[in-house]
Amino acid sequence: MYKYSDFDEKFVRERVAQFRGQVERRIDGSLTEDEFKPLRLMNGLYLQLHAYMLRVAVPYGTLSSRQMRQLAYIAQKWDKGYGHFTTRQNIQYNWPKLNDVPDMLSALADVEMHAIQTSGNTIRNVTSDQFAGAAEDEIEDPRPYAELIRQWSTDHPEFQFLPRKFKIAITGSPNDRAVVKAHDIGLRMARNDAGETGFEVIVGGGLGRTPMEGKVVREFLPKADLLPYLEAIVSVYNLLGRRDNKYKARIKITVHENGLETIRDLVEQEFTVRRAAFSGIDQEMLAEIKPAFPKPTYIQAPTDAFTTAYDADPVFRSWVDTNTVAHQNGDYAIATISLKKHGATPGDATDAQMREMADLAEAYSHDELRVSHEQNIVLPHVHKSHLPAIHARLVAADLATANVGLVSDIIACPGMDYCALATARSIPVAQEIATRFDELKLEHEIGALKIKISGCINACGHHHVGHIGILGLDRAGVENYQITLGGDGTETFAIGQRAGPGFSDTEIVPAIERLILAYLDLRENSDETFLSAYRRLGADPFKAALYPDAEKGRKHAA
Amino acid sequence: MSRKFTPKVVTANDLLEGDSIWMTADGEWTRDIAKAEYLEDADHAEARLKLAESQPGKIVGAYLADAKLGENGPEPTHFREEFRVSGPSNYTSSKHGAASHV
Ligand code: SF4
Repeated sequence: MYKYSDFDEKFVRERVAQFRGQVERRIDGSLTEDEFKPLRLMNGLYLQLHAYMLRVAVPYGTLSSRQMRQLAYIAQKWDKGYGHFTTRQNIQYNWPKLNDVPDMLSALADVEMHAIQTSGNTIRNVTSDQFAGAAEDEIEDPRPYAELIRQWSTDHPEFQFLPRKFKIAITGSPNDRAVVKAHDIGLRMARNDAGETGFEVIVGGGLGRTPMEGKVVREFLPKADLLPYLEAIVSVYNLLGRRDNKYKARIKITVHENGLETIRDLVEQEFTVRRAAFSGIDQEMLAEIKPAFPKPTYIQAPTDAFTTAYDADPVFRSWVDTNTVAHQNGDYAIATISLKKHGATPGDATDAQMREMADLAEAYSHDELRVSHEQNIVLPHVHKSHLPAIHARLVAADLATANVGLVSDIIACPGMDYCALATARSIPVAQEIATRFDELKLEHEIGALKIKISGCINACGHHHVGHIGILGLDRAGVENYQITLGGDGTETFAIGQRAGPGFSDTEIVPAIERLILAYLDLRENSDETFLSAYRRLGADPFKAALYPDAEKGRKHAA
Repeated sequence: MSRKFTPKVVTANDLLEGDSIWMTADGEWTRDIAKAEYLEDADHAEARLKLAESQPGKIVGAYLADAKLGENGPEPTHFREEFRVSGPSNYTSSKHGAASHV
């Protein structure tokens, strides 16, 4: 784990002290809300429907057990005993009191965490592959580069007032688990013909009102050029990005309006200037960061206990098959803890559960945890012999749901249950779909399927890249849910296409059920996933399942 | 021709707690929308909103929300305002606690 330097520590402590003063001045009336609002947002404090909300950055989704325990402590002491893990690998507290927030930030600083730049038109928390440093398919652990980007972008004086917020994602694997093509900048580690590793640089991706797939601006960037190149992109955007219209201010529009070639030329010009200015300081920083991300000291032990349990216990076997994947080390596994128990709120964990996950990480995962953008928690380095013990403890903590990657492993943004921007609820839709497919006992038969739900056009729930996406809207004062099909957030990226008219809150779950049952009929065999079947067949048979009456009408007319 | 005025309540969030509050006829704040002042006149509603906005030490983000008159007093008309009254639907113990959680 990266440890704060003296500089980091001092910076974060100073910000907490400043914010404490700002809160005091707001309460005693010397600051108006108009004056205070940008200050609180700079420290991650939003005002939502029922309460304030504090958004805490989990840099590139990596947590130590000590940090996870502190997140639990904060949830217990100053919130209502739970926290919500988000698609940006952050954690949100839904019920802080204004007076308590400085103490919460101070408690975060105690474990080298903060809420800085989790709002505003700045470079936000850098996200990454939740399996970084453990994934079997990985070229190199991306986290030292993510940490380099974090240090560079935190309080970067040039980039505190960008035209709009700016999100960077980075992966070290060819299989993209970090949705890099839907970010302002996506970085994918790649090898060139000479066998050297560097980055494919993707720019101008994004979801929201105008979803766009990011475009490759540089096929291969040597690793040493990373920061000057990023700085070139962000500075070109800073000048060119539109400030006249909030809906056209993201870099995806800048790229779209100016054309990739123009952007590339400007970036390359700026890059030569910036690179000269860096004079190697970034490489010194990187050299200091790298030792903070060592490979775990793997234990040498037999894995017989695992095999025995796997053969004997079908519940354990199902969990292993569904929630674990191969690790770089053949004796190890990566275990995902599902925060998607059927009927529960996606991404929520109680303080007790957070503590238990921290304890498990300390005992069995080389002290590391990860937050995935799919709102689950990962134990990245688990020796297989420990899996039975972990599973037993997860069962006791109500965390052993074996559904990762399945129909009930749904991404859902907070929606109108919390979010002030929402146009409809998303959590209850996720809860009902999960509950329904649990009743049908079809989940494992259906296989790999990603459903993603957003409560408004801002698309925090990534609905455009769900195999099935659901967008909640307000249609004349009534919740209405629009379905998109065929989205994909991985290396085979695709933006989902709208299926047709929306569904009411009582119609949406039956519609999803019809859709998925139709898929079971349509697929060639059980190896053909929903997405593959959709790609083979096109939208028509799926639309027919969603809108049976329309289909009847068409047949009559024919 | 002026359009018919849809009745309103003044609502905001409490400065310290952040929770939803409504303005009463005596200019105080309540957590029970039924006790809110029911505003049927556009000019009067604007005046009450001004009064709310003059209390930045107590509240944040005051606005006029559509309302109708129910048995016990004003009730919300739009589902967004209903949720502000009832709290998040995922925890049935309502906004006052997460007791039913897990
Ligand atoms: S998608 Fe909309 S409703 Fe959901 S969290 Fe984002 S802004 Fe809120």
